[in-house]
Amino acid sequence: MNGADAIVKCLEMEKVEYVFGYPGVAICPFYDSILNTKIKTVLVRHEQHAAHAASGYARLTGKVGVVAVTSGPGATNVITGIATAYADSIPLVVITGQVDSRLMGSDVFQEADVSGACESFVKYSYIIRNAEDVPRIVKEAFYIANSGRKGPVLIDFPIDIQNQKIGKLEYPETVSMRSYKPTVKGHTRQIDKVVRELKKAKRPLICTGGGAHLSGAADVIRSFAEKHNVPVVSTMMGLGTLPTEHPLFFGMVGNNGQAYGNRAMNQADMILLAGARVADRSIARPNEIEDNKVLVHIDVDPAEIGKNAGPSIPLVGDLKSVFEELDKEAISTSTEEWLKMLADFRREAEQDKKAKADLVTTPGTVDPTRFIRALSDAMEKDAVYVADVGQNQLWSCANCIIREGRFFTTGGMGCMGYSVPAAMGAKLAEPDRQVVAVCGDGAFQMCMMELGTMRQYNVPVKIAVIRNNVLGLVRQFQHFTYKDRFSVIDLTGSPDLESIAAAYGMKFLHLNDEAKMAETVKAFLENDESVLLQCDVDPNEVA
Amino acid sequence: MKRIYNVLVQNQSGVLCKVSGLFWRRCFNIDSLAVGETEDNSVSNMTIVSTGDEHTQEQIEKQLNKKLDVIKVKTFDEGEAVCRELMLIKVKYSRDNRRDIIDNCSVMNATIIDMANNMMTIQICDTPERAQIFLENLSHIKIVEITRSGTVALTKCKEG
Repeated sequence: MNGADAIVKCLEMEKVEYVFGYPGVAICPFYDSILNTKIKTVLVRHEQHAAHAASGYARLTGKVGVVAVTSGPGATNVITGIATAYADSIPLVVITGQVDSRLMGSDVFQEADVSGACESFVKYSYIIRNAEDVPRIVKEAFYIANSGRKGPVLIDFPIDIQNQKIGKLEYPETVSMRSYKPTVKGHTRQIDKVVRELKKAKRPLICTGGGAHLSGAADVIRSFAEKHNVPVVSTMMGLGTLPTEHPLFFGMVGNNGQAYGNRAMNQADMILLAGARVADRSIARPNEIEDNKVLVHIDVDPAEIGKNAGPSIPLVGDLKSVFEELDKEAISTSTEEWLKMLADFRREAEQDKKAKADLVTTPGTVDPTRFIRALSDAMEKDAVYVADVGQNQLWSCANCIIREGRFFTTGGMGCMGYSVPAAMGAKLAEPDRQVVAVCGDGAFQMCMMELGTMRQYNVPVKIAVIRNNVLGLVRQFQHFTYKDRFSVIDLTGSPDLESIAAAYGMKFLHLNDEAKMAETVKAFLENDESVLLQCDVDPNEVA
Repeated sequence: MKRIYNVLVQNQSGVLCKVSGLFWRRCFNIDSLAVGETEDNSVSNMTIVSTGDEHTQEQIEKQLNKKLDVIKVKTFDEGEAVCRELMLIKVKYSRDNRRDIIDNCSVMNATIIDMANNMMTIQICDTPERAQIFLENLSHIKIVEITRSGTVALTKCKEG
């Protein structure tokens, strides 16, 4: 047995189902050993997408997504994917091949200091110097990636160590790291304080972030909210904690969120910020968030608490565990008036939206917000919706109807080209679930090479490309900020998507007439097959 | 505001880079940094002196604790600790100022540890403030080179 055999054995012990990646000489021992296992490999068309695919897989399964790429350019290409996973706290283990350990540091062919390059956006990194350390390192890597505040872990694996012979493999059952012991259980005294304040609060509000999904707390938060009639809003990453049309759900907060969601934040006298990091896009003026209200910040990462807003009650712990504890407490709340006020806010906003719904769109285009609503409304109730980055993301956040399904997007890094590979990873994780990727024509062209991967491994993801032939969100920004002095946003020269679909053997649909919206969406979603849908929108539409 | 961070870390390659990289990335200031092994050779002690407001100080402590190679962070103000800095100063002397330098050394408890070709190296090991005063006292003398260890500190015995 050599180091490479050992690492794939360890992956088997971790019940790894898929490895997403791209081989090269420096990772060939690994890809040779993996042939002896039942682990399935997926050859992506660009290393960045291996990390995004693993991210989609991890988000749907709650397991660690695994990536294996070669040294040098393979490793540097995967970096954007790692940074994206780090910003969104997605658990990944990324294995990079490395040159011979005796040559490291001498700038040989395809050598890159990937652990150095990634330091500020991995949760932890290892360089394996001795194959005997493989079992301990893999065990630790999986534990670190998927515990506490989740995130990517890098394992840099020099080729000579992959080939190093070792004795019997003993995979450790437990991890013991003296410097890493994440807090799971919330402090009783802090929980008591929260309960005391909740009893006093007249206008309590729960604001959920990505942590609600990462800790698997969505169900317990929902039952807590229902039991005590506490309204809920979400950040972009928290969308889906409660179904969009749940009476207690009052939209997304932030500068791209719903006005009534933000009004709820302003009017609340107590906010339970749950697994949200008070990011600049969610909370515009963090210094003011605690004004006139009790701010409870619950997060598994103590460094997030107090980073951007000083809470009245800091509460470190895993959300699921904390809400389970809170759920045991007898709290009587009377929030009828508060809920009525929020419902009024929502009604006002809905009326504005209805007024806009009657607006006529430019001939040959459709209204993107109506399209997103029609699409998500027709999707299966447990479907996975993956939004890319740009105007499509903002239209999706504001209009996607989430029921029992999931909504994925990259809120932290905002990495264009995320949707297709992440949707692919999600579909591989649960082949029976409907998975739809929605992207703009800019983002699509950053990831369309993955249509080859989808075809090769028969991954029937549905892709809707909202096409306006420009980089819409940048154009919108230049429209408002630079008074229509447009610079480098024109996508003229983009390929004919029908021909692209034909080249990859995919069904193609074209929507440029609102009258045909329902039938096109139906044709898009029927049958479990890959479909590329082009939806033309006016470049002047703003999100 | 000055704050001292006593950081116990795993004694392995790359850790110094990770910790100093954290300060750089998050725009925290490092006034001085000294590293050495502790009584347990698998653990190193970093003494970091940093200046920043209260919010920055809290973030430094939390972000340090978040690093997986960091075992323990203790933070304290200068007044709560005994602090020492070692400074080596190479100066050019002449017959005229030799006596003056020696007097200065004797007053400030500094030692001349090397001497040749009209040059001498002086060692002072004292609090950072006194080391600085000593340096200022030598301002009229031609200083050739200086090296400073950075502050090392331990909390006072009564502070635990």
